[in-house]
Formats: sequence, structure tokens, C-alpha cells
Amino acid sequence: MAVRSVYMDYNATTPLRPEVRNRMVEAMDLYANASSMHEMGRRARAEIERARAAVAALIGTHDPSTVIFTSGGSESNNTVFNTMFLRGRNSQRRKILTTAIEHPCVLNAAAHLKEEGFPVVFLPVDAQGRLDMDAYRAELGPDVLLVSVMAANNEIGTIEDIATIAALAHEHGALVHTDATQAAGKVPVSVEKWGVDYATLSCHKIYGPKGIGALYIRKGAPIEPLIRGGHQEQGIRAGTYNNLGILGFGVAAELALAEVGDYMREVGALRQRLRDLIIARIPNVKINGHPVEVLPNTLNVSFPGAEGEAILLSLDLEGIEVSTGSACASGSLDPSHVLMAIGLGPELAHGSIRFSLGKYTTVEEVDYVADKLPPIIARLRRMSTVSPSLTGQS
Amino acid sequence: MDAFQWLYSDIVKDHFTNPRNVYDPDRDRDFAPDAEGMVGNIKCGDQMMFMLKISNDIITDVRWKTYGCASAIASTSMLSEVIKGMHIRDAYHIKPQDIATRLGGLPDNKIHCSVLGDKALRAAIDAYLERNGRAGEFKGEEAIVICTCLNITDKDIEEAVKQGARDWHSLQEATKIGTVCGGCRSKAEELLHEFVHIYG
Repeated sequence: MAVRSVYMDYNATTPLRPEVRNRMVEAMDLYANASSMHEMGRRARAEIERARAAVAALIGTHDPSTVIFTSGGSESNNTVFNTMFLRGRNSQRRKILTTAIEHPCVLNAAAHLKEEGFPVVFLPVDAQGRLDMDAYRAELGPDVLLVSVMAANNEIGTIEDIATIAALAHEHGALVHTDATQAAGKVPVSVEKWGVDYATLSCHKIYGPKGIGALYIRKGAPIEPLIRGGHQEQGIRAGTYNNLGILGFGVAAELALAEVGDYMREVGALRQRLRDLIIARIPNVKINGHPVEVLPNTLNVSFPGAEGEAILLSLDLEGIEVSTGSACASGSLDPSHVLMAIGLGPELAHGSIRFSLGKYTTVEEVDYVADKLPPIIARLRRMSTVSPSLTGQS
Repeated sequence: MDAFQWLYSDIVKDHFTNPRNVYDPDRDRDFAPDAEGMVGNIKCGDQMMFMLKISNDIITDVRWKTYGCASAIASTSMLSEVIKGMHIRDAYHIKPQDIATRLGGLPDNKIHCSVLGDKALRAAIDAYLERNGRAGEFKGEEAIVICTCLNITDKDIEEAVKQGARDWHSLQEATKIGTVCGGCRSKAEELLHEFVHIYG
């Protein structure tokens, strides 16, 4: 067992924060079915509606009825794509535009529509991970049903210009969805300012429990249930209310909104420190993602000449938890689709590490990582057949 | 529980953290190999190189370099230990599974993609034989790598056909062949048809 644990994989998931945990422990005895008419049921329902208002506030809407609770980001995304399937299958307007760097959940939901005969375009992004607006404009037209672009990328942290993307889509009468799972709590999110029709949220990325998420549906936007059954959630999402998860989500959302300014400043400074130390101490590194429009916590670095899984496991032996875009660690044969989409050669993609920091990351932890990393990279590069070149060629 | 146990054995961890016979650019500057062999493809994330000293067909010393994951490094290290003092003909016949067994086992998906050392070793021995006017002396005794990305041999294709693969799709399902760069497809399909003709 490693002597210590330095968690830098907050984009994968976050620990439960104590305030959320305490609320959930209390809520364990709130067993009443929130659909019941009796006093206990009504009390549970009132708590759920308070949580809904907190989630609505986090994503920048004053109307809590636009927020429905789901089991998480994947369900929220699938609910939107299933709606598009049902709306588009007998319509001329059935083209789906999304990006090559979406979360696998959106990529696979879109790929499924493609299999079902929908025209689906996976739009390219530029070298910093931002949507190629020329390619986007060229694909827009009266046949576009949905534009789905993530608010911020989970691997490289690049933030997309959702407001502009949404405005363009609406000029053509298309619906707009954004997966805001990685953006919420890290940067300001406003579905109303962005003008999107749908937005996906997940609770476990903001120090809440797993198994609970939300979908924002603009008033009047079409929606079809993915899970049919009772009349919960305005008939959009059946299933007995998850009191525990929803109440935890409410606290997590409330705190995330209150703290987002501090988070951006404090975590952003730590990211900057880690970035500067890595660049100062390790030759031939490449920072991936947008230099400015980037999540304050996400630092994706390529170390050519060293392979990502070997770096990850070497860090793991020092108690440092990160993730990699290398194929060797993913169980698939290809390196990260995001890194390939921003044009990295296989060598830079295989040699990439994502450090994702969080609200519990300290300066001391950053310095610990910055101390442990250089000898690991040097050791792997010394035994490598590949010279550490930034061109991606050996 | 050890943080590594879920992923790799303690032997893999040992060879990954303390690789044996690895080429050191400072210490081994004067290492003069009688033969070298390199295999693998950066596109797939693994590349390996063997440097051998050979005397009277016995491997007397070895160095290697690897770009790859932990199991790639460990398996090459283990192989380098095994072949010291070995006759080149015996070394030529070492199989990935032998290395995996000595490492206390590897996940299935790692055997194909990370145990490239035996191929690099054979490439080095072939180079040695060729240099000594004995080109191809052991050829035909060993499997030939068809898909260099995933290290899939003609024997693997033969086995997949024996197990029921009849077309490119089912061969890919069975072996994942050609799913990285796809450069081997025409050669692999040729073999596929040949084996389907024999076993189909």
C-alpha cells in the first residue's frame, strides 16, 4: 500500500463532501414515498422540491419545474437522444449534429441513431478542442433536429462557446442540448443565458452521491420519457423518488453554486502551479486543451517517449491517482478519441496524463506530484525506444 | 491489499519497477551487440528492441529498450532474464504464453498487445543468422506475425478458423486482428481464405 493518497482524478468522480453526507444520513430515515398524499409523503416531497430549486439555481434557471431528476448523466443524455429518435423517425427534420469529443454516452447514443438511419455528423474540433465553427455552420440547415455539444470536455477541460452554438442552431429551428456534467460547479453555468433546450447534470462530479443526476428541459421543448411508469417528474421520468440521492444533490448543488467563484480562483491557482512546475522540471511536454477557455481544475499533459499506463501506474505506486488517454489503460485498442480529435499523433496521445484537481487538493499535494513526476518520466524515457519528440513522430 | 494486485501480479510489479538488463544510455554506451531486433508500432502504444551478444550460438548477454505499458516493460525484462545463457534455437521458440506464465499471469488482453519481446528477440536472432550467412535457418519453425499492431500470428488465424471463424468479421471478433492500423488486412484475408479452404 502506498504511503499516502493524492487524489487527482476529480473529473472521474469526487468524494462525498461532509455537508452532503450529513444531509444524506438524516435523509435515510425519510422513507416516505414522496408521491404519497399523507403528511410524511408531503414532507418528503417538500424536501425534494427544495433540492430541485437548488439544482435549478446551479444551472441558472429560476424555474425548478424545468429540472427533472434522473439516475445520472447517462440517463439524462439518453433521454434527450431517445426523444430525438421518437420525434425524428417520421420527420424530414432528423439530422443530428454533435462533436467528436463528446463523452462516450453521447457518442454512443448518437451512433445508435445513425444505425437507425438518422443522418448524424460528428463535428471536428480545433487543436485546442473547440468546435470547428465553419464545419458546424456548413452542416446547419432546416433538416437539423438536434445540436448536442458538451459545455466542457472531461479529458482536456476545454470549454465550448455554448451560447454562440445555441444561437446558430436556433436560427435554423434546431434544438440544442449540452452535457454540462463537467462544467457545473467548476465554472458558471446558465442554461438561460446559453439558450439551450436541454442540459445534462450529474451529482457525483460535484461532491455528491453517485446514481443521481438531472436533466434540464426548457419549457415547451419536446420530451419523451425513457422510463415509463408512474406520473413522477411530470410523467417524464417514472420511478419512486430517490429521496436520499435527491436530497444529497440539493445540498451539493447549493454549495457548488455558492462556492464556484472561490473554486475557480483557488483550484485554478493550483492547476497553474502544477502546470508551471511540470513545464519547469520536465523537458518536452505538451499541455493539451485550450490555454484560456479551460476548466480551472483540468490539466492534460503529454509526455512523449513515456507511455501513459506506465506513467499512471508509476504514480499510483507513489499514491498519486490520475488517468490517462493511453489505449493500454482503457481496455480498448485506440488512444483517447478526444486527443486524436485535437490532432495529437498516437505517441502524444498514448503518453498523456490527465490531472484533475478538486476542492480538497492542497498546495502540498501539488508539490508532491511535481516532485514525484520528473524522475518517473525520466526513468521511462531512458528505457524507451522512442525519443521524446513533440512532433509525435519517433 | 496491494494497490497493484487487482491489475498485475507481484512479479510484474517487481520487473516493472526494477527491470533487469534494460539498456542504460550512460552505463551501456559501450555495449556492442552482435544482433539487434525491433518490433511493434507506436500507433498501438508498444515498441520493443532487443540487443544480443552471442557466442557459439549461445546468448551471453542482452540489453533491451521498450516504449510501452507496465506489462510490456515487465514481460521484456522477464524474457531478458530467461534467455541469458540460452541457445539461440531455444530462445527462438519462446512463446508469449511462456512469459506470461513466468510473470504469474497477465490479463488476456495484455498478452497479445504487450508481450512483444519474443518477436523482437526473434527479429534479433534472424538478423544474427543473416549476418552469419545462415539466413532463415529457424524460419518455418515459428509463427509469423501478421498483425504487427496486436501481435497476431498466422497460427492465431489458423486457430480462429479452426474455432469457426469464416470471414473477416468473425476473424476480427475472435482475434481483434486489423482493428488498429488495418495494414495487415489483405495479407490476413489471404491466410484466412487459405485456412478456410483447409478447415472450412
